[in-house]
Amino acid sequence: MDNIAGTKSSLSWAVNLSVIFLVVLWLVPTLGLLVSSFRDRDQISASGWWLSPFAVEQNFQASLPAGEARRDGDFFVIEGNLFSGGEGEILRFGGTRSNPTAFAPGETGDLRRDRSLTVEANGDFIYRTPSEISRDPNVYYATATPPDFSLDNYQTILFSNNMDVAFINTLTVTIPATIIPILIAAFAAYALAWMDFAGRGFLIAMVVGLLVVPLQLALVPLLQLHNKVGIGQSFLGIWMAHTGFGLPLAIYLLRNYMVGLPRDIIESAKVDGATDFQVFTKIVLPLSFPALASFAIFQFLWTWNDLLVAKVFLPSNSESWVMTVKIADDLLGSRGGDWGILASAAFISIAVPLIVFFTMQRYLVRGLLAGSVK
Amino acid sequence: MSPLLQGVITVIVGVGGCVGYFFLSNLILDKVIFPPKADNPGRNINRANLVRPWLFLFPAMAALGLYLVYPVVGSFWRSLFNRSGDEFIGFGNYTTMFADPGFQTAFGNNLLWVLFVPAASTFFGLLVAQLTDRLSWGNIAKSLIFMPMAISFVGASLIWKFVYANNADIGLINAIRDFFGAEEPLDVLQVRFWNNFFLMFILVWIQTGFAMVILSAALRGIPEETIEAAIIDGANPFQVFFKIKVPQIMGTIVVVWTTITILVLKVFDIVYTMTGGNFGTDILPSYMMSYMFRDDGRATAVAFVIMIVVLPVMIWNIRQARAEMK
Repeated sequence: MDNIAGTKSSLSWAVNLSVIFLVVLWLVPTLGLLVSSFRDRDQISASGWWLSPFAVEQNFQASLPAGEARRDGDFFVIEGNLFSGGEGEILRFGGTRSNPTAFAPGETGDLRRDRSLTVEANGDFIYRTPSEISRDPNVYYATATPPDFSLDNYQTILFSNNMDVAFINTLTVTIPATIIPILIAAFAAYALAWMDFAGRGFLIAMVVGLLVVPLQLALVPLLQLHNKVGIGQSFLGIWMAHTGFGLPLAIYLLRNYMVGLPRDIIESAKVDGATDFQVFTKIVLPLSFPALASFAIFQFLWTWNDLLVAKVFLPSNSESWVMTVKIADDLLGSRGGDWGILASAAFISIAVPLIVFFTMQRYLVRGLLAGSVK
Repeated sequence: MSPLLQGVITVIVGVGGCVGYFFLSNLILDKVIFPPKADNPGRNINRANLVRPWLFLFPAMAALGLYLVYPVVGSFWRSLFNRSGDEFIGFGNYTTMFADPGFQTAFGNNLLWVLFVPAASTFFGLLVAQLTDRLSWGNIAKSLIFMPMAISFVGASLIWKFVYANNADIGLINAIRDFFGAEEPLDVLQVRFWNNFFLMFILVWIQTGFAMVILSAALRGIPEETIEAAIIDGANPFQVFFKIKVPQIMGTIVVVWTTITILVLKVFDIVYTMTGGNFGTDILPSYMMSYMFRDDGRATAVAFVIMIVVLPVMIWNIRQARAEMK
């Protein structure tokens, strides 16, 4: 459409800028999570993730060795270097926990009870006190530490926090809950698209109606039912629940697609003596692959990301937690302030959907369009 | 037995069972019950074809009936009983619930969500769809804005915790406030009333991609002649957009709007992970979850209120579908 008069408008730089702005706005939160998940936990609380490529000013504490104290007139003195052997630059220092950055390097800081502390920028310190030194005195200093990126958070969360178990559980819930509804729905969709029988219109209307039934309604009665027949809260229960909840969308999407298949192919196959079963398995099913793929992606994303159904239909013990439940009910409570752990846990849980999303986006878009644009 | 192994076995049994059911039931129908030989082959074939649709439909209809139709009735029935479920109290759960200030807050907030989230998502979706329409890198931009669709509500909440955090070294909002000279960090999730909008924006962030994809396809579907004619008649880009394009995709906008509205009424995850319904941010789904496992009577009553709210959309959808089939 570029050749239409007037479309190359002078607004084009404004359009580019506003799209860049929106994309950045949409991307920045996720970027923050990704960057934070690789950062050292002390650095996370010391500087924002947007400053992560730069050195971080962090406060440290050191104990001066009381054993190395020597007498100097009326005073006891400890001398040495805060960076034992290493390199570094002292930015500030102090003698109390409440004010760890009271003095600039080179200054002589007066501490309480006639003690004094001098720290040079290179880490050399002199500590003087009029009384005998019985235990190691503490000093505090701030120094710039280089950016510290590592996989430590991932290691912690995966191997000592049972996130690996939760990952496997999520996978376990997702795979059967994606595959089984497709098969059941495909047959039903074929019947609703290509078979003539009384009540077809009513059933299609019913499927459309069930598309919007709130899941919340199903929770209490179905859990009671599951308990009554002995399934209880279990993987079997959640597979069946996800199958039931996914069916309306599956039938709707597949029927819409199958209705659009060319009538000639199906009729000529029937004329040649194919039964409905053969028409379905040999012709309609292979031709419907794009719709099957769209629904599979929807159902996969929905079951992988689900929190509500997992909370209700899975046992509430920690061995059966899926990742969403693990994050929402466990990590946010017990690791609430540990941002690095939270970030890496979140990233583990969204990595697989993101991969599926970026590799299969075409089918996802097609499915969305089949569902809503007429 | 490890759950994963159990899962693999379920896939095999489930898929095998389905294929076996469909294959065998068709076989039995054709070969045993109505064999096309006997004395009257034609009549038998016709009879078999009368039964066959129901063979195809049976598993799906049974599952739908059990998992979606029965619960509507079952939930309503359960909501008429007291907490332990042994005493019939009529609409007692509803009357105590409507009198509960917690419910009123949740209902009011939910009203805000239902108004704001679909409106904002559709607005941003339409904006991005229109802006990226002619852009050379439009597809990349759309893909990136579409991405949050793949992220779970829990994951998204965590992502936004890093934006809203009550600490200028972690939360972007507080970092920006700090940059402009604010003294103390502010916990935006505890600012009454406005905290609802901070939570809503997470859902807007997720749903904008959905609106964008569908509206973008609808914009592409507009006949070019109408746009060309408007431009020749001297319409400026804004007039082309608001007076020519938007009216032509109004139907799609309504579909996007209602789809997101329905979704809003299901999402409890965001409130649950971000505030747990505290600081006046409760909405109906999260209010229901706070009664789930504790008071099934109250929980089902809340669920049924959600159902009533959804009902008009459901009826409208069914009428649309019926109109299309004719």
